[in-house]
Amino acid sequence: MSLLHWAVLSPFLLAFIIPILYKLFRQIHTGWFVMILPIVLFTYFSRFIPLTKQGEVITERAAWIPSLGIHVDFYVDGLGLLFALLITGIGSLVVLYSVFYLSKEKERLNQFYVFLLLFMGAMLGVVLSDNLIVLYSFWEFTSLSSFLLIGYWNERERSRYGAQKSLLITVLGGLSLLGGIILLSIMGNTFSIRELILQSGELMDHPLFTPALLLVLLGAFTKSAQFPFHIWLPDAMEAPTPVSAYLHSATMVKAGIYLVARLSPVFAESGLWFWLVSIAGLITLFWGSFSAIKQTDLKGILAFSTISQLGLIMSLLGLGAAALHHESLGENIYLAATVAAVFHLINHATFKGSLFMVAGIIDHETGTRDIRRLGGLMQLMPITFTVALIGAFSMAGLPPFNGFLSKEMFLASMVNVLELDIFNMETWGVLFPVLAWVASVFTFIYSMIVVLKPFTGKLQLQLLEKKPHEAPIGMLISPIILASLVIVFGIFPNLLSSRIIKPAVAGIQPSLVGPDFQVHIAFWHGFQPEVWMTVGIIAFGILLYKTLQKWQKITQWIPERISLNALYDNGVRGLEHSASSVMKVLMTGSIRTYLLSIFLFFILSLGFTLYWKDAFKFDTGNFAPIGFYEIVLAAIIVIGSIAILFAKSRLTSIIILGAVGYTISLFFVLLRAPDLALTQLVIETISVSLFLLCFFHLPLMASRREERMTFRLNNALISIGVGVIVTLIALSAHSNKLFDSISNYYLENAYKEAGGKNVVNVILVDFRGLDTMFEISVLSIAALGIFAMIKLRATGGKDKP
Amino acid sequence: MELLMAIVIGILFMCATYLMLSKSILRIIIGTGLLSHGAHLLILTMGGLKGGSVPLLSNKAASYVDPLPQALILTAIVISFGVTSFLLVLAYRTYQELGTDDMEEMRGTKANE
Repeated sequence: MSLLHWAVLSPFLLAFIIPILYKLFRQIHTGWFVMILPIVLFTYFSRFIPLTKQGEVITERAAWIPSLGIHVDFYVDGLGLLFALLITGIGSLVVLYSVFYLSKEKERLNQFYVFLLLFMGAMLGVVLSDNLIVLYSFWEFTSLSSFLLIGYWNERERSRYGAQKSLLITVLGGLSLLGGIILLSIMGNTFSIRELILQSGELMDHPLFTPALLLVLLGAFTKSAQFPFHIWLPDAMEAPTPVSAYLHSATMVKAGIYLVARLSPVFAESGLWFWLVSIAGLITLFWGSFSAIKQTDLKGILAFSTISQLGLIMSLLGLGAAALHHESLGENIYLAATVAAVFHLINHATFKGSLFMVAGIIDHETGTRDIRRLGGLMQLMPITFTVALIGAFSMAGLPPFNGFLSKEMFLASMVNVLELDIFNMETWGVLFPVLAWVASVFTFIYSMIVVLKPFTGKLQLQLLEKKPHEAPIGMLISPIILASLVIVFGIFPNLLSSRIIKPAVAGIQPSLVGPDFQVHIAFWHGFQPEVWMTVGIIAFGILLYKTLQKWQKITQWIPERISLNALYDNGVRGLEHSASSVMKVLMTGSIRTYLLSIFLFFILSLGFTLYWKDAFKFDTGNFAPIGFYEIVLAAIIVIGSIAILFAKSRLTSIIILGAVGYTISLFFVLLRAPDLALTQLVIETISVSLFLLCFFHLPLMASRREERMTFRLNNALISIGVGVIVTLIALSAHSNKLFDSISNYYLENAYKEAGGKNVVNVILVDFRGLDTMFEISVLSIAALGIFAMIKLRATGGKDKP
Repeated sequence: MELLMAIVIGILFMCATYLMLSKSILRIIIGTGLLSHGAHLLILTMGGLKGGSVPLLSNKAASYVDPLPQALILTAIVISFGVTSFLLVLAYRTYQELGTDDMEEMRGTKANE
């Protein structure tokens, strides 16, 4: 356990303490205690920046399951560090924001912060683990904490729906990721990502390579809300806004991006990877931006815009894979796509984080997020408006904000695709810049909607629940910090380039990033195609925004009932329906049906095994001789047990059962088992008394008309089947001796080891003493159960002592 | 001897199964009682019968019968007693509360939900 391990575990540890702090200090908002941790962790992780800048990596190992080769290896390189800084940095701001957003009187803060801390720890674990099994465990933990946070206001039906949807989709992807991980480990004989990367050349030709690739990508796409799995993200907006800003925009949804980036060195050489990642990304980019326009909920727009931006980053990572095929080029133009992906990832976290917080402020101050009711807030909330303006302009790709730079780099990469001559790109390549450009126009439009609809136009106070005014300063700090970062990164992008971006790119494309590789982001690079594309985006964007009323109906051309959401809803409903109908068939509530199926299975499985393994054996050689007494006793048992079937009254059957029991104890005497005979005698006496006590002394029971058992053919056949199978097994078990009995050991050692001459007793209390102890526990549990049944009475909900 | 035992065991199991498939709760409990008798004899028979003297070392016999099945059965007798008594009291209380000993009438699927 190193300091790094403790750093990752610390959120989990704090999660244990938070409920106590919450109970002890009700006057202080619990968020203040929580906020310390991400700030400390952020400082801790910043210390790694100079190290990763030099290309160093830090690894720490703690053994977890050494016998399976699973170690908790944490591994800090440029890529992991970038994510760790995002998680802790945005985390600090989000916690600060939540202190003012969530009321300490009304909300269950202890739960909220426990879930949030669980998420923070899990996410750190995902991005720093080298071992894929450890990564997967943390990965599922992020899905789980996201589920809990979306369903935080669990009294709302939509929250529960959104939580279930996100869980079903992301866990489906998680399971598929697990499958991919297992295939990878079969191929490379290791769970370590670094060791897999070293073998990437050989893995390519393995027959399992394609299935592994598909499974891993399914995991990444569901997590990062790529088309068609994006449908959970808009419903996840039911979570409190700090959560949406943190999980569903800045960090968790980027876990899929992280996974694609992290495993790029393993898979990226494959053409399938290039196609799937870039096409899925582009379609998501387009579809997300297109769907965002028809939303009326401010957070809904931001959700679809997040989907779209995630698609953008994903497509850049896909394009970056093309760089692997152009080692010969002096300046590798496709590596620029990876640089753009990393840069845009940072930018997106800043501008989208601030926009989400603005949406939360508007919701908090006006009581609604519906853009049809909002308007004219500019005069009332000038600071919020400024922040929103910066965030939205950056998202639209306008200078001088950071979004402009990464958007330009994105467009440049898309244009460069035209020069690609592999993977059939000569024919299809032209689709890339066209889709990218159209999506960017839509992006421009929804960015304008986000900032202009609520803040300009006419203020309609009668539509709002309360009179809005500027948010408290505490709530504004976080969005202001993020908005300032938008400007700082926009004007001085090279603050990041060598410290953060280059090491991260080195983590994604280790084979291409040499010591002389430099990232330099220029604000102006002449009249390149991307500049003209931006100009076109702005011109068309403004035009279409002005005429929005006229064409907005087109966005609703897909009817609701054939949408992906309808598909999901019908799927879930169908699943629930079929599950309950299967349950209705199986769980009839009739014990007879259950027993029938159990006995039938018993007969079929054992009979089939006897036949299939040819196990039946009948060997009269070592049979013991039969004496007269034994025949008599056997006859009594047989007659007795058959007589029970025909007994008229309960009393008769109880007495016959007792007779059979005593006969068996006589049998034990003949079969040289005196201890058994004694025990059986005692137990049988008690049992019969108990039977009589329970049933004979119940007057109601005795007066009830008693009847003979009615004959049922099915039951008779099943019973005969059971009897025959047991007889066959008894004979075969006696005739087959597969190995020597272990009993001789007990006979030899009973006196030597345990000092007892009654071997049966020695086995019970000494050699197998633990068994006997558990046997006594079973009896005590039965006794407790009996006591409870007799003493406790159901009193219609109220417990009576 | 083993053949005789095997048939006795088979008949015990058969009767037990038939009783357990009936509707009356008392018959089901009697069925489990018979079933455990059958199972005890089955374990004993599997180990081989009358292969020597009683497993008491003070007898100084040349060979003893297998003590292990006996130890197992001793445990099983006690456990089956625990189960039987639990079931009996359960049946007794069920009857007191629901007024029936018919398993079909106790079905919890529709009427008693």
